[in-house]
Amino acid sequence: MTAIRKKNSGTSRSDLVYRVVAVGAAALVLILMAGLMLELIVNSGPSILKFGVGFLGSTSWNPVTEEFGALSSIFGTLVSTVIAMIIAVPLSLLIALFLVELAPPAISRPVGYAIELLAAVPSIIFGMWGLFVFAPFMADHVQPALKNTLGFLPLFDGPPMGIGMLTSGIILALMVLPFITAVMRDVFRMVPPVVKEASYGMGSTTWEVTRKVTVKYGFSGLLGAVFLGLGRAVGETMAVTFVIGNNHNVSSSLFAAGNSIASTLANEFTEASEPMYLSSLVELGLVLFVMTLLIQIAAQLWIRRVAKKAGGGL
Amino acid sequence: MKKVINKFAVALVLAMVFALACGEQPAPQAKGDGETRDAEETREAITLNGAGATFPYPIYSQWAHTYHKVAGTKLNYQSIGSGGGIAQIKAKTVDFGASDAPLKPPYLDGIGLIQFPMIIGGVVPVVNIEGIEPGALKLTKNLLADIFLGKIKKWNDKRIKDTNPDLNLPDKEIAVVHRADGSGTTWIFTNYLDKVSPEWSEKVGTAKAVEWPTGMGGKGNEGVAAYVQRVKGAIGYVEFAYALQNKMAHVKLQNTAGHFVEPTIETFQAAAAGADWVNAEGFYIVLTDQPGEKSWPITGASFILMYKEQKNADIAKAALDFFDWCYEHGAQKAEELHYVPMPEEVADIVRKLWADELKSAGNPIWK
Repeated sequence: MTAIRKKNSGTSRSDLVYRVVAVGAAALVLILMAGLMLELIVNSGPSILKFGVGFLGSTSWNPVTEEFGALSSIFGTLVSTVIAMIIAVPLSLLIALFLVELAPPAISRPVGYAIELLAAVPSIIFGMWGLFVFAPFMADHVQPALKNTLGFLPLFDGPPMGIGMLTSGIILALMVLPFITAVMRDVFRMVPPVVKEASYGMGSTTWEVTRKVTVKYGFSGLLGAVFLGLGRAVGETMAVTFVIGNNHNVSSSLFAAGNSIASTLANEFTEASEPMYLSSLVELGLVLFVMTLLIQIAAQLWIRRVAKKAGGGL
Repeated sequence: MKKVINKFAVALVLAMVFALACGEQPAPQAKGDGETRDAEETREAITLNGAGATFPYPIYSQWAHTYHKVAGTKLNYQSIGSGGGIAQIKAKTVDFGASDAPLKPPYLDGIGLIQFPMIIGGVVPVVNIEGIEPGALKLTKNLLADIFLGKIKKWNDKRIKDTNPDLNLPDKEIAVVHRADGSGTTWIFTNYLDKVSPEWSEKVGTAKAVEWPTGMGGKGNEGVAAYVQRVKGAIGYVEFAYALQNKMAHVKLQNTAGHFVEPTIETFQAAAAGADWVNAEGFYIVLTDQPGEKSWPITGASFILMYKEQKNADIAKAALDFFDWCYEHGAQKAEELHYVPMPEEVADIVRKLWADELKSAGNPIWK
């Protein structure tokens, strides 16, 4: 009897330690987040007080007169991300479907490895490749072609320099593609074969099974994959800095040079010695932080709604 | 196979633990004579910490390398940019800061700093136009300002053609490239445009980072060089050494005397020669747009920042010894790397400044 009790108390003590350590580890994340947020708010104080809400709507970025506004950076971040998602999402979906549904293992395996390898390439490599190889290619072939065919649109106006919003969007697409593809592939793999076989048994074609069963079943998982890529694209720094052109302007042309929040921080943080300049840069960081947070919340809400509505399996 | 790997891993871990244990053993012994050791270190190998401008980094690191062999003093210089250098010296994390832009005397006095020039260099406009050789394109001050203001948009603009009647300039849009990061190079360049163009002065001004009217930004001298080399029709500005290393097509500029000059060590020197170093308060001297037949109009000096009141006299003395050595023996190395060394008379004025201003606990450091 005593032996058993002793053993019990020992277990509960180790349980307690386990619990405290686990709670502590989890709390660390929250503390870090709160601390980061606090630090950002405190340090952007002078800029928030001086510019107020107007900071978000102003396109001026003048270190000489110390007039700062975030609009061009927010605009650049959103536009480059949207371009990236427009290219990457359908492409990833097709690649993932091909790997799971169509390709024989002899092909799907090496292609799968290649995608995982692509995900492991450091972003600076994408940036350098973008600047030295891809941007000249864009300037010489892609942009003149776009200009000749769709040049009447303001989107494709201006000199084809190879560097700018469009190029950075495409580079971003290449960078998030492997992440989205990898998650989508796993989602499709989790669709139970029974469901698909039942559908085939009822006389569906491959396309019908893919569209009405596989994609529908894993829809919330697919959304998750998209938002994973989105989160990465919004904050991507090095590759974008190399090819976006780093100019604080808002242009309707995708050929024009722009900037993103992350690229502005990477470029200007080290040399910003004036307090108001520094504070405005920190506020840019805060804006990025809030943007990412909002995207995450929207993603969670949407996924929950879709999961309820469509009744997918994941 | 797995077992073999496991055994191997265990052996490896054991070996590492063993190595660590052995490595730690001599530690207590060292502690015993720690005092004598510290004393020896300060006498023999002082490490100077400096941070700042990227533009003089190549020559500072060369000098430091040679000086380490001569005197044993080590220099740890971090080329984080002029703004970073000012921030670091203000935070007192380094023994000296370095800036390409001179600080105004009242600002220096407010923090208790002195500044002195260490090296002179030039900023060079570079272009990438098909069929245009280095030094072939000539630009006047107004043309350069109007290109960077975005007022001249094509290379075959009438005004550029009038200045270059013998060149076959293409019907190509001008792509302006500037620095995306804050930079002393930008300070020198915008200072020049500020002086020569009233419109630039009114709309943009002089700073390490400005609100550019047009163009795209590259990070660092190398970023600008890369953009200019890759974008056809581009014009940018880089340090002279970068233009040479990358074999870029530089531009001839018209100076105040009306001559079109090439960027060379001689023309930088000519610009520096006209400056009145003796009477400039706090060495606040800007070498842009200097008079003289041969002067390169966009020349600039790079400065060292130090506190007047030094906490550690040994380290301060070692730093001054190093700078003194650079003035005296560094000229040849500087010219090899396409910098202009400071004239001897300027070095003498700097030495006098050290003797007058630098103190540690009330005692002068430089005698």
